[in-house]
Amino acid sequence: MKPETEAELAEMVAGLTEPVRIVGGGTRGVGGPEAVLETAGLSGITLYEPGALTLVAQAGTPVADIEAALAAEGQQLAFEPMDHRGLLGTSGTPTIGGVVAANISGPRRIQAGACRDFLLGVRYVDGMGQVIKNGGRVMKNVTGYDLVKLMAGSWGTLGVLTEVSLKVLPKPEAVATNAVHVASAGDAIQALSAALKSPFEVSGAAYDPQNGQALLRVEGFSDSVTYRTEQLKSTLSLIGEITDIPDPTELWQGLRDVMPFHGQEGDVWRISVKPTDAPDVVTRLEADQILLDWGGGLIWARVPEGTDLRARLGAFEGHATLVRADAKTAETLDRFQPEPTGVQALTRGLRARFDPRGVFNPGLMG
Amino acid sequence: MEMPRPNPEILARKQAVLSRLLQVLPADAVIHDPAETRAYECDALTAYRCPPMLAVLPSDTQEVSDVLRICHEEGVPVVPRGSGTSLAGGALPTADSVILGVARMNEVLETDYDNRFIRVQTGRTNLSVTGAVEEEDFFYAPDPSSQLACAIAGNIAMNSGGAHCLKYGVTTNNLLGVKMVMMDGSVVEIGGAHLDAGGLDLLGVICGSEGQLGVVTESTLRILRKPEGARPVLMGFDDNEVAGQCVSDIIKSGILPVAIEFMDTLCIKACENFAHAGYPDCHALLIVEVEGSEAEIDDQLSKIIEIAKRHNPVELRESQSAEESAKIWLGRKSAFGAMGQMNDYMCLDGTIPVSSLPEVLRRIGELSAEYGLPVGNVFHAGDGNMHPLILFDANKPGDLEKCEAFGADILKLCVDVGGCLTGEHGVGIEKRDLMSHQYAPADLEAQMAVKDVFDPKWLLNPAKVFPLDASESRREVRVAAE
Repeated sequence: MKPETEAELAEMVAGLTEPVRIVGGGTRGVGGPEAVLETAGLSGITLYEPGALTLVAQAGTPVADIEAALAAEGQQLAFEPMDHRGLLGTSGTPTIGGVVAANISGPRRIQAGACRDFLLGVRYVDGMGQVIKNGGRVMKNVTGYDLVKLMAGSWGTLGVLTEVSLKVLPKPEAVATNAVHVASAGDAIQALSAALKSPFEVSGAAYDPQNGQALLRVEGFSDSVTYRTEQLKSTLSLIGEITDIPDPTELWQGLRDVMPFHGQEGDVWRISVKPTDAPDVVTRLEADQILLDWGGGLIWARVPEGTDLRARLGAFEGHATLVRADAKTAETLDRFQPEPTGVQALTRGLRARFDPRGVFNPGLMG
Repeated sequence: MEMPRPNPEILARKQAVLSRLLQVLPADAVIHDPAETRAYECDALTAYRCPPMLAVLPSDTQEVSDVLRICHEEGVPVVPRGSGTSLAGGALPTADSVILGVARMNEVLETDYDNRFIRVQTGRTNLSVTGAVEEEDFFYAPDPSSQLACAIAGNIAMNSGGAHCLKYGVTTNNLLGVKMVMMDGSVVEIGGAHLDAGGLDLLGVICGSEGQLGVVTESTLRILRKPEGARPVLMGFDDNEVAGQCVSDIIKSGILPVAIEFMDTLCIKACENFAHAGYPDCHALLIVEVEGSEAEIDDQLSKIIEIAKRHNPVELRESQSAEESAKIWLGRKSAFGAMGQMNDYMCLDGTIPVSSLPEVLRRIGELSAEYGLPVGNVFHAGDGNMHPLILFDANKPGDLEKCEAFGADILKLCVDVGGCLTGEHGVGIEKRDLMSHQYAPADLEAQMAVKDVFDPKWLLNPAKVFPLDASESRREVRVAAE
């Protein structure tokens, strides 16, 4: 099913007789029912006001179209959404609805916030086929409950997004990146934390153990970037040798898309922890390969197929999501972190109210 | 303003409820004497008052849990209260309710600079959160004007903003986790020192739910390193439209100031008399603040001043000292107090797309003439969050009603130009009945379904947020079930 309008989509949902898998561009690896409901037919930017930093687009609009429109005005999606195609080996065109439904954010999340923090409003079709709106297109809005946040990262389990409204930000004039050469994850976290604790507004803080580099990005106006980079260097000089990385745009795009894992075999997990817990968690993971982002708060781990990483980790503060797995593993392990009973009751309760017939992405989120 | 009639059956059981509460709380934490419950009869929306049946002041999560379990079993509505600074009536009691005040829970539980968070009990005031981390040059970003008094609990309930959220976001963007007591007394923990939800973003819907989903007793908040410095520039214009255009041009230029504040003639005069900040005599005043090192500030301000000059300002003045900056901000932050010296006022906080600013200001001026009530405008221009202050005389019969009608017209106007009823104060009782102007019945139904899940008996702050007729059947079910 591929509706062309919101009304048509609502009608299709109302008439559903079996569960469907909701798909934007189909690049994020959502498993589920055979029957597919595609939103790519709902496409186009409906409003863009650069002076108000706001953009409204239909859910099926390609992310690339939005990024191009913003770039023409010197602006960008500050949350830097990841492109999953390289990691998951998917093809297709990533849509803004998919980004929002999965709350996809990249390295700048540590400074600027996640996709959910930039989402101002949504329109969606609930499980009964009703069109619902929440939020709007203004930056501050506390009118009623914030279903906007609830829809971000709900992976289509509460409704099918038809339109999203986003806050956008100026694209920085300059960007610089320094690599601190470190010997261990512990030293890396120390460097990243020291940088993030400084007043120099670090907009990317990652660590790739393969080359032993703790990477720090600074963005803004040219003079300011030069100044802050120098200040950071003197702050971090005791931790390790520091080198400049020229033209770092591709480097950060690679980190965003977990490039070091591309083409490598095994399951891929994404673990969110308190940054200073990362070294200990990494040790417990015994992974074949890791990559750290968000100052250490986001751990990407590649492990042999079928590894129950949660069992290996035991109790920890945070959550682990299975991002890439073979069919058998995907069947046996939960994709999302199982929730404590009280929280799970709320999740199930909400799902039962938003989609009482259970037609959206059944089995996906608990 | 209509409130549901108190349930006589609950009032009749006051003594029984009281004695059960006294079994779980120390005597000094339970307030039942009508002379004392009167202290909780209103919040900062003082036009509406009603003493609660009882008030309790628990000291920890366990006591909150005990109170809620008892009230749940007894079918008694509970109105959570932070510091009572709501401008929307968020903490207004009903006569059959128990006020649950979190003021005694004000401890700092954990500070962690390496991971950049603080964990506090939610009765702690907003400014004292910053106070707890200031020594290490950190701060908590959301800065509502009431930050000296308002509690984190209320900030979370209302998703409070402030003047500096153009850069740093509002409460929801700075809240990492909560410990929350559900109406049945069970305790849930959501989020923490890590980022983002592992499942549905429940934290996102709890923040801003106006105390209707649970009572948050502890919270993990993001703290930030203070910038090296900050400096405001004042710009005066003879025309609102030109000032609005200047705001838009600054934003389009790629500079993101930490704050852009706007004041009109009436507010400029009131604030100047109050704070002596040296505000110019003009139609529209902008305070634009940027942050960074001295050199970075100079660089950004020179770019901003260049833009402002293209709009022929009548005044353009960079702050020359920390003292002058403090005065400039004191003037702005005292706007409500300064207007309050002139008369009673009602403060609204509808938000509009920045591009609609001139049109909305013109229309507010026309409405002011029609209603015969003066209005001052002070607002966060960078994000379109207006704060029209309508002046009225509470002692003059009919003036309050006239003011309410005028306010409703302004808020409908905000919605009609593509904005919303409230940007940071919350709906409370004040904007409850206007919700159907912004939202269709199905939209409201979707929001109420969330409350059904969290608080099936609709006992937490039940007469707020949603139009009474929309929530009636749910509240009726509660009474019928008893």
